[in-house]
Amino acid sequence: MSNTYRVSCGAGLENEEEFVDILEERRRSSDLGHALRTFSPHPYKGAESCSNADLNKAVLESQYLRYMAKEIAAETGSSLEEVREEACGILEEMSQNLQLKCIRLLGFTMTKVLKRLYSSIFVNMEGLNMLQQSIEEHPVILMPNHRSYMDFLIISYIMFTYDIPMPFIAAGIPLAGMKLVGELLRRSGAFFIRRAIGSDKLYWAVLSEYVRTIVKTGIAPLEFYVEGLRSRTLKSVMPKLGMMHMVMEPFFKGEVYDITLIPISISYDRVLEESLLAQELLGIPKLKESTTGLLKASKVLQEDYGSMHVNFGRPMSVRHLCEGKINRCQYNLVPRDLPQKPSAEVQACVSWLAHLMVRVQEEGSVMGPWALMACLLLQAPTRVLTEEGLPWQELTDKTLWLRKLALDFGARLNWPSGQGQAPDTDVMSSTVALHGSVVNRKAGRVFLVQEEEPARNRPISPEEEMISTAAAVLMLASYRNMSLHIFVRPALLATALHITKTTQKDELLAFFCFLRDVFSNEFIFIPGNSSQDFEEACSLLKKCGAVHVSEQEVTVSDAGLEVLSFLQALLQPFIDSYQVIFRYLCENEVHVHAEKQFLTAVRNLATELILSGELHTYEALSSDTHKNVLSALQRLDTVTKLRASEQNEYTVNKAAVRRIDDILSGKIPPQMLHTTPEAKL
Amino acid sequence: MASNSSGSSDRQRVAQQRLRIITGHLQGREDGDSTIIAAECKAEGSQTDVSREEGKTVPRRRQEIMKWNGWGYSDTKFLFNKKGQAEFTGKRYRLSGMIIPALKEWFEGTFGASMQHKSPAAPVLNSGAVQPPTLNEAFLEELKSTGIPFSHDAEDRVFRAHGHCLHEIFALREGKVGRVPDMVVWPNCHDDVVKIVELACKHDVCLIPYGGGTSVSSGLECPPEETRCIVSVDTSQMNRILWIDEKNLTAHVEAGIVGQDLERLLNESGYCTGHEPDSMEFSSLGGWVATRASGMKKNIYGNIEDLVVHVKMVTPQGVIEKSCRGPRMSTGPDIHHFIMGSEGTLGVVTEVTMKIRPMPEYQKYGSVVFPNFEQGVACLREVAKQRCAPASIRLMDNEQFKFGHALKPQVSSMFTSFLDGLKKFYITKFKGFDPDRLCVATLLFEGGREKVLQHEKQVYDIAAKFGGLAAGEDNGQRGYMLTFVIAYLRDLGMEYYVIGESFETSVPWDRVLDICRNVKARVIGECKNKGVQFQPLSTCRVTQTYDTGACVYFYFAFNYRGLSDPVHVYEQVERAAREEILANGGSLSHHHGVGKLRKEWMRETISNVGMGMLQSVKDYVDPKNIFGNRNLL
Repeated sequence: MSNTYRVSCGAGLENEEEFVDILEERRRSSDLGHALRTFSPHPYKGAESCSNADLNKAVLESQYLRYMAKEIAAETGSSLEEVREEACGILEEMSQNLQLKCIRLLGFTMTKVLKRLYSSIFVNMEGLNMLQQSIEEHPVILMPNHRSYMDFLIISYIMFTYDIPMPFIAAGIPLAGMKLVGELLRRSGAFFIRRAIGSDKLYWAVLSEYVRTIVKTGIAPLEFYVEGLRSRTLKSVMPKLGMMHMVMEPFFKGEVYDITLIPISISYDRVLEESLLAQELLGIPKLKESTTGLLKASKVLQEDYGSMHVNFGRPMSVRHLCEGKINRCQYNLVPRDLPQKPSAEVQACVSWLAHLMVRVQEEGSVMGPWALMACLLLQAPTRVLTEEGLPWQELTDKTLWLRKLALDFGARLNWPSGQGQAPDTDVMSSTVALHGSVVNRKAGRVFLVQEEEPARNRPISPEEEMISTAAAVLMLASYRNMSLHIFVRPALLATALHITKTTQKDELLAFFCFLRDVFSNEFIFIPGNSSQDFEEACSLLKKCGAVHVSEQEVTVSDAGLEVLSFLQALLQPFIDSYQVIFRYLCENEVHVHAEKQFLTAVRNLATELILSGELHTYEALSSDTHKNVLSALQRLDTVTKLRASEQNEYTVNKAAVRRIDDILSGKIPPQMLHTTPEAKL
Repeated sequence: MASNSSGSSDRQRVAQQRLRIITGHLQGREDGDSTIIAAECKAEGSQTDVSREEGKTVPRRRQEIMKWNGWGYSDTKFLFNKKGQAEFTGKRYRLSGMIIPALKEWFEGTFGASMQHKSPAAPVLNSGAVQPPTLNEAFLEELKSTGIPFSHDAEDRVFRAHGHCLHEIFALREGKVGRVPDMVVWPNCHDDVVKIVELACKHDVCLIPYGGGTSVSSGLECPPEETRCIVSVDTSQMNRILWIDEKNLTAHVEAGIVGQDLERLLNESGYCTGHEPDSMEFSSLGGWVATRASGMKKNIYGNIEDLVVHVKMVTPQGVIEKSCRGPRMSTGPDIHHFIMGSEGTLGVVTEVTMKIRPMPEYQKYGSVVFPNFEQGVACLREVAKQRCAPASIRLMDNEQFKFGHALKPQVSSMFTSFLDGLKKFYITKFKGFDPDRLCVATLLFEGGREKVLQHEKQVYDIAAKFGGLAAGEDNGQRGYMLTFVIAYLRDLGMEYYVIGESFETSVPWDRVLDICRNVKARVIGECKNKGVQFQPLSTCRVTQTYDTGACVYFYFAFNYRGLSDPVHVYEQVERAAREEILANGGSLSHHHGVGKLRKEWMRETISNVGMGMLQSVKDYVDPKNIFGNRNLL
């Protein structure tokens, strides 16, 4: 069949999976016919038929909400009536209003758009079949990663096409504010959550009861992004736990027998928002979501975005996952409808599960040649890319080398091999052609594309030129990030080997754990899994012949230098960027940092260092990195957020930051960061 | 029998007939009048030839009338006859001698069982498999001098080495016998027990009290590590009603009497206790006290703790009892609560004074069909809220409803054809009831005629609010009859590779639906995990209602063909089910007790301090662990 193909993941045929291009069928038959198809899905067998109005009523009349309303009324001094009205308003703003007509309309429009944007949309049918079965058994939670606005409705589109119940989708409230579109989304099953809920007790109460009721009754699959927001870097984002808690609670409390989690990995050859992302990261503010904005953006519809992969992961049973982790008896002595602060055990379990889902999403994502090429392009000096260009031959040779390494490390690689007719160089040529917005190929060399500024009168300042280069580099970095999860663990070990210069396994483990701790806002690791991660790193490096591993030692093999230096160079931009910020924090005279000023100051410092040639990575300009450093230091108890502060102010324990910096530079050996008492020198 | 002087309407005639029926299915086949037996204690000597006592069900040699490796009377069992039809043998029950045409199809369909695949039991007990008794000669000598009858015959000993847990019966069917008591004694009265306990203490002999033998908690199993001589104290011959106090409405009864005898004898004087556990044909008063039993009609009469006015128990430290029969006392913790639920670890309950009531004037069965289990539970909850529960109200789930149907006998003069009737219902008025979802509640009303009718209306009105439809008396009655025959069905299953058992819990109202769903699903899931090849039967019913919660009863059975160690698989599944119950806020047990089967969860159930309290009582009352069955703690 022409519309199916296999993705190779790792080595060996047995790991291959069949993906089907769902656009193929759409190109051959009527879009209208598709939109008007009979839709008769098999819902969850335990679900009561329940209208959207019934659902809302059940939420408002729940024991929990009644209790909370009483409590809030007592706290705020307003009348119970007022509180309940407010709750009603919140729910109105929030709730979905799924209607099949709208799905049909949307289906029709989406078919048109998708056909224009994408050459194909590949879906793994086996995963879809498993999903179909799971939905009948238990309440199902769809958990896609979030890389593009396109994610938002693609799942619903696929579900509609394959006769699977339509999900209710958790969405950010800005989408609701868009004229017409907001309402259309609402009627397509979206429900809207405010961005900064903070300590709004009533809002939390309504939201959590709404989510729990959906899960408990199983009236529809629930779809949400465990990462909380769209990744601006195409790298996994630290999962948010609030929604995860709400979703899991009905299981913990025995209100459902089990919950099925479906990790979904959506991967793009090229994302629609690529240039916007880079701009946002450089501090050029994000445009507010609006319908006119959307229409203006319609020029993006003119371009080719390659293909999209939607990989439905193996259904995961919450009951099975939580076995031995949760003592459900803890809910025995208090009515389950009353608010209860989750126990440490529950919090740890939810966090573990959320991280695990991100890891599974990563493992399910499919990457193309471009992610590999981006890794390599970024390892060339930026000046080479902007001025003399990287020789095409060098790039393609290296890419083929990296392909083998990636496969050794178990990557799911989408590398079309069309019955031997498309040689590898053709694949790479067309990949580069697809990404003409980032690189172009001229006379056997590859150059970074710099944004063409409108004709201007004055010469371009060095800063402006740098920003333009930075935008291109960050775009490239985003595509590199799509492959990071494959390399990150071995890369941490490679870095540990490089910095510590030791072969002792226990010392390497200690440094590995240190790196993992410092960078765990940057790369997502499952909490408590550090020794497994280390073992994984060892075994992958061993597998590709880069190291020998014995009981006590890890030694570099002669053939391993190439792999290790590649891996180490892969992490270098992150280490450099972190160190810039560490130094800023240590050397600055200020004692209390307001977040806004901090971000600006760090960007200015990085700009200065890049221009002076002291710093080589443009990634130090990314606000995402800056925020991650701040969160990491907070997590490591070296930066403290001031409670009373309205504008996110922080104090810094300089000695502690310096110590981290020194360990990272190899000046002092690592110590377990978490156990360090707050020695204020 | 119910006598009524106010007219002789049709309804009363019907009511009296019902009463005859109900006593009928409890009654043994003994002819002649039974009278209340003289109260004095008279030892009978140790002859092993025990002639049947007048009016008493249980002889010393139980094996004469009861199965040694299954439930109930030897003459009564289910079998598939040559035509492949199910038949219930004997003459004791209303279902006895009847053909049950639908059972085979249900049985085969539910379990994937087949008439071709039989797993027959060992036909007789091979005495060679029984370890020779370890006798304590000094104890034996002194015991002989008391004239209390005893035996160390292998059959007698094996019979008292087990209750009715699946693993116990399964082993017997395979002819396997583990540690059994070394001898059996039959005290005839309280004083005999005092002597036995004294001698046991003197000679360091282990005593295990034995009442009706219906334990389902491994409570009667002899601890394999016990090296002392184990003596089973069979109380079955202490079975007299010593007196009836009509002024205070109490009766003083020896603790070995079994339920059906107690009820029948009291009925003869126009009274009843109203305590009717499902095992009442065989279980004994002392056993009820020792395990905190619950009766089906507790809504009117109360559970055992509500019925007991005074208890006498013989312990190694002497006899424990209260000094008066006051209806309530504020004298520190109630010592009855050390006795009730002590499961034979502290002593032998010998005599009990319990409440009695005049026999009800009128009884009426009923049933209600609900569109689904959720509605049924909601109705029961409302009934409990309004505190208008009938004597009994039970809600069966859909699987059990279908099971009940499979047990409909061929000749159905008494049993109206419910399903056929119901089919008509569907087509006409009550369309929309899904046969795979509907469930049925069975009801039993008792009391004055006017009140019963009024009460009935009240309950049916509530049921109607939850979509319930009255479904006739016969369905209700058959529901209760099933209670008595269901235990026989397990033996039939075991002939065809099907094993199963019931277990119970109590749970707050808001958890009832969740626990039912989750435990049933867990059983199915675990069976699958453990390699059971066929879909198991996993079903439940709500059997009691309380102000704050309900008692839920689960049945679970599966076809074990293809499994090398079915009992082990069974036990793993049962254990998982119990964990699921606890995780869903259910209790460790509502009325079956703990025994040795559920000991592992006692600490988390009653806390460390609670365990310490119980242990310290044990340490004081029985420091040498004479009552060494090792239940509970």
